[in-house]
Amino acid sequence: METTDLVGLSGLRLIIPELTVICIALILLLLELIVKKKEVMAAVGIAGTLVALYGTFKLFGINGPGQAFANMFVLDGYANFFKLIFYVNVILTMCISLKYMAVEKASYGEYYALLLFSTSGMMIMASAADLIVLYLGLELMALSTYILAGLMRKQLRSNEAALKYFFLGAFSSAFLLYGISLTYGLTGTTNLKEIAASLQALNIADSPIVFLGLIFLIVSFGFKIALVPFHMWAPDVYEGAPTSITAFMSVGPKAAGFAVLGRVLFEAFGSMHVQWNAVLIPLAVITMAAGSVIALAQSNIKRMLAYSSIAHAGYMLLGIIAGTPGGLTSTVNYLMIYTFMNIGAFAVIIMLRREGFQGESIDDYMGLAKGHPLAAALMLIFMFSLTGIPPTAGFIGKFYVFMEAINSGHTNLAIIAVIFSVISAFFYLRIVMYMYMKDPKEDVVLTTSYSMNFALAITAVMVLVIGVFPSLLLDLVRVSIPG
Amino acid sequence: MVPLSWYIVLSAIVFSIGVFGFLARRNLIIVFMSLELMLNSVNISLAAFSHYLQSMRGQILVFFIITVAAAEAAIGLAILIAFYRNNPTIKVDEINLLKG
Repeated sequence: METTDLVGLSGLRLIIPELTVICIALILLLLELIVKKKEVMAAVGIAGTLVALYGTFKLFGINGPGQAFANMFVLDGYANFFKLIFYVNVILTMCISLKYMAVEKASYGEYYALLLFSTSGMMIMASAADLIVLYLGLELMALSTYILAGLMRKQLRSNEAALKYFFLGAFSSAFLLYGISLTYGLTGTTNLKEIAASLQALNIADSPIVFLGLIFLIVSFGFKIALVPFHMWAPDVYEGAPTSITAFMSVGPKAAGFAVLGRVLFEAFGSMHVQWNAVLIPLAVITMAAGSVIALAQSNIKRMLAYSSIAHAGYMLLGIIAGTPGGLTSTVNYLMIYTFMNIGAFAVIIMLRREGFQGESIDDYMGLAKGHPLAAALMLIFMFSLTGIPPTAGFIGKFYVFMEAINSGHTNLAIIAVIFSVISAFFYLRIVMYMYMKDPKEDVVLTTSYSMNFALAITAVMVLVIGVFPSLLLDLVRVSIPG
Repeated sequence: MVPLSWYIVLSAIVFSIGVFGFLARRNLIIVFMSLELMLNSVNISLAAFSHYLQSMRGQILVFFIITVAAAEAAIGLAILIAFYRNNPTIKVDEINLLKG
């Protein structure tokens, strides 16, 4: 630890990306008073995110791993790769939400500021090397997302979604704090690396109280990534929140939850791998089972995708259960692919929404291919990818996660995952079947805009490119997470 | 001097009361108060640990928790009021538009 620079002003250089995002968010808050056009706000937001992206990779290239603020903040490949996911997530969300929020009559300037505040919280979580920083990042992310979920103030279902999200989110952060407090009491520190050292030195890795603290932490991260049985909020919130926000929070907070879960388990509790696997393996199995099976019965497509995102959390968990750097790599790889395919699917759902037409029922997709072949083809790509059919990216994501699970000796778990993956094909391909093999009930008019077309093009191209040339993404992930 | 275990037991009891209140009560305001109870039980144990370990980290975290809890209360009550304007009820059982 540096003693000459206790305040850590030199560390400011490492948090330039976070500072950029927060500054742009504050500027947007002021800009909202003068600028009436929301396109300008979105453009400023996207430009700011691109600057932060440039900053991240500039620092990434030059410094490599770095620590700041008395080792509370860490900048390594792992954090940087997660930040890339968050940037992609926020840029695509801004692109798909411009027209949509106007249709919903909730076109507020604060929307873009809150998206950036939430993103900065996620970035802090990805870089947290200390439980205190982790908690603050998590709250920054969560508090902003609660408001975003309830942004359609006049609509009861949006209010209800925000209310449920808020109460269960706050409940889970109380569990996080109790876990932090137990861990702190037994190890005498909140720094992740020092916790690991302390577990060794005091020889308390077998202590049931330490295990209890770890369980509290897993429960609270489980809420954020929507693991069964901590998933109750997800379907309601995903259905009631504005669709663009559903896209945002089905990716962002989930990825941030995995970022902290991976870092806390691997860095602080690495010596307790057997214990945390005893908790995570049953959670993964029931998550995949409940997600895939309950999704079969849904008639609202947002709700169906909520259960699908729960099932995907179960698959991603396999990489963490493997407990090897390779396993972590495969989870991160899956998250990046999931970002593209999930936001793409939600973008198509948003296109169907227009004044006086919800477009959220699965029946609304009947015969879409007749009137709008391109939109139907895009939905087909995203549904195939979510199922995991080659040559789409979803296949690559699942393939590597399952392979890592088998390599680490969890063959049974991989078999269970494949079985539920097959079950999930039913509800994804049902959408495809409705679009191509049924006759349209009524004419669907699509709401499109340039930014929406841009987001759809990016997501569809990435899903196909990663599916055909997986090494492009895999090499990047492997460079980020050495091991 | 009061032994550490007393504080920890007190904190565990208060936390359990909070969890019970959150799960069992049917009035949103009381549920909200139970949440605050859970956060404050953590503050008790953190302050106690901090004192016995002679380390400042716990007390610093207590201040952060108090600050964040205030922000959380502001946002939570704002969401509650936005909800109440459209649907004047604070009974948990009547908040059932979204289900399936």
